[in-house]
Amino acid sequence: MSPPNAGQNSGQNSRLIWIALLVAAVAFLVYRAAFTTPGMSRIYVVDQPVTVSGTLPDGTAQEFSWTVEDEVPLRAFVESQRAIAAGTAAGGAGSPRLSMSRTIGTWFSAFLTLAIFSFLWRDNPLYKLAEAIFIGVSAAYWMVIGFWSVLVPNLIGKLAPATARATVIPGLDEAAEPKFIFLVPLLLGVMLLWRLAPRGQWISRWPLALFIGVFAGLRLVQFFEADFLNQIASGIQPLVAVASEQTISYGESFANIIGVVGTLCCLTYFFFSFEHKGVLGSASRVGIWVLMITFGAMFGYTVMGRIVLLVARIEFLLNDWLWMIDPASNRVVS
Amino acid sequence: MYEFLRTLDRRWIFLLMLIAVTVPTVAGWQFPEKVSRNTQRAFDEIEKLQPGDRVLFSFDFDPASAGELSPMATSLTYHAARRGAKLYFMSLWPVGPQLVRETVAKVIKPEFPEYRYGEDYVDLGYKSGYEAVIKVIVTDFRKLYLTDAAGSGIDTIPMMKDVRSVQDMDLVISISAGYAGAKEWVQYAKTAYPDTFSMVAGCTGVQAPPLLPYVPQQLPGLIAAIKGAAEYEKLLNAKYDLLAKPAFVEGTRRMGSQLVAHVLMVLLIVVGNIVYFIGRRRGVTS
Repeated sequence: MSPPNAGQNSGQNSRLIWIALLVAAVAFLVYRAAFTTPGMSRIYVVDQPVTVSGTLPDGTAQEFSWTVEDEVPLRAFVESQRAIAAGTAAGGAGSPRLSMSRTIGTWFSAFLTLAIFSFLWRDNPLYKLAEAIFIGVSAAYWMVIGFWSVLVPNLIGKLAPATARATVIPGLDEAAEPKFIFLVPLLLGVMLLWRLAPRGQWISRWPLALFIGVFAGLRLVQFFEADFLNQIASGIQPLVAVASEQTISYGESFANIIGVVGTLCCLTYFFFSFEHKGVLGSASRVGIWVLMITFGAMFGYTVMGRIVLLVARIEFLLNDWLWMIDPASNRVVS
Repeated sequence: MYEFLRTLDRRWIFLLMLIAVTVPTVAGWQFPEKVSRNTQRAFDEIEKLQPGDRVLFSFDFDPASAGELSPMATSLTYHAARRGAKLYFMSLWPVGPQLVRETVAKVIKPEFPEYRYGEDYVDLGYKSGYEAVIKVIVTDFRKLYLTDAAGSGIDTIPMMKDVRSVQDMDLVISISAGYAGAKEWVQYAKTAYPDTFSMVAGCTGVQAPPLLPYVPQQLPGLIAAIKGAAEYEKLLNAKYDLLAKPAFVEGTRRMGSQLVAHVLMVLLIVVGNIVYFIGRRRGVTS
C-alpha cells in the first residue's frame, strides 16, 4: 500500500524533472548562441535598392527610392567580411550585415513552433498563447493588406487618381482620369458596414444579396462549363485504345475501361429513384468500392501533405534555428 | 502485449513519428524517384517554351504550405528562366508576394544575374477578389493592376507594354494550396480560353485529387504534392545537371522523411487493425 501523499510527491517530482530539463535546454541554447562559432540562428541580410518613378503634385517627375532587405547566407557574410578586412571591398551599405530584427524573429518563430507542438503533450497556456498570437496577427495582417491592396489602388486610385499619385501611389499613370462608376462599390461598401449601426441593419442585406447573386451566377456558369460539360467530354474514352495502326495499347485500354465503368458505377450509387437491387444493386456496390478507393487515395495524399509540413518545421528548427544541419550548404565557409 | 498496445498512450506514437521524420532529415537520406506521367507532362510543357515567351506565375499559397510547395516553385521558376522566358509573378493569396520575393532571391538573383527587373521579370503583387481577379485579368490586366508590387506604374514597366491580358501569355503556372488557386485558374481562364495559352499547376497533396480529373484536357500538366516536386527535380537535374546545387533537391530531400514516416504509418495501421480485431473477438467494446 502506498503512502497517502505518494501521488502528490510523484507530481512534484515530475514537475521538478520538467523544470530541470527546461533549464538545461535554455542553458544549452544560450551557450550555443553566445559562446560558439558561428553560433546559431543569426540572419544576415543585404539591402536592395528599390526605385519607383513618379510625379509630384506640381507635375515634376521624381524618383522615389527606398531599400528592402534580402536574406543572404552566412557564407556571403563571412566572405564579405574577409574582403573588407583584406581591403578588396569597401563595406558599408550594400554589404551583408546581421539583422537583429530577423534574428529575434527566428527565435520567436521557433518558440511559437514549439508552443504549438506542445499541444501534442497536452493543452497548456503556451499553446493557447501561440494560438491567440496567430489569430490576432492574421486578422491584423488581412486588414492592413486589404487596405493597401484593395481600398488604396482600387478605390482611391480610381476615384481620385491625382490625390493617389501625390500621396500613396506615385507610379500611377499620369493620364488616369477619375472613374466615378467606382462610387457604386464605395456606396455598396458603406451599405455593408451599416450592419454595425444601431438602426437600419437591413440596409446591409442589399449589397450582400448582390454579392451572393453575382458569385452564384459566375460560379454556376463556370462549373457548368469546366466541371460538367468538359468532364463529360473527358469521361468519354475509347474502350479499346489503339497505340498505332497495328497495335492495341492494353495499359491505356484497361485504364479507360476502369475510368468509364468506375464513373458509371459511382453515378449509379447516387441514383435513388429505384431500389438498389439486381444489376442496379451490383453496380452501386462497385460504385461504393470505387468511392472508397478514391477516399483512400485522398487520405494518402492528405497524409503526405501533413507529413511534409512536419518535415518542414523540423527542418526549420534544426537548420534555420539551431544550425545543427545545413542541407543547402549555406554555412559552408572555405 | 495486447493490453499494452490497446492502452498505449498516443503520445508514444507522436514520439515515434517525430523520430521517423527527424532521423532521415538529419542523416540526409534520399531515395530514387520514378517520374509519373503528369509530372512528365508538366515538364514537357515548360520545355516547349522559347526565349522571350511569357509565363505567368500565380503563387497561390502561404507559408503554411510552403514546405510542400516551395520546392516546386523553385524548380518551376528555374526551369522557365532557363528556357529564357519572361516571368510575370502575381498572387491570389495575401502572403503570396513574400514567397515570390523569396523565390526571386533564391533562384533569379543567384542563378540568372542577367535577368533585369521590369525587362525579364516583374512582380505584380497580390490582388484580393479570389476568382474575380482571374475573371477580370483574363480579358484586361489594367482594370485591376495599376502598378506592380513596388508601386511602379504598370505602363512604365517595359515587359508589360504589349501585355493586355492573360491571353497574351504563353503559359500560366498556378502553384496552389487551395481556394483561390489552380482549380479557379482552370475554371475561369483555361476552360474559357482553351487555345490561347497552355497551363501547368503545382498543388498540395490535399488539392491533388480534385485537380486530377482536369488532366490532360483542361490542365496539360500537374505536379502533385511533394512527390511531384521530387519527380520534377529529378527531371530538371537530369536535363540541366543541377545536382551540385542543394536548393534544387529540396523536394527529394523531404521525400526521404516521407518514406520512413509512411512505413511507420502503414505499420501503425496494420497493428491498429490487429488490435481492433483481437479486441472484437474477445468482446472488448472500447
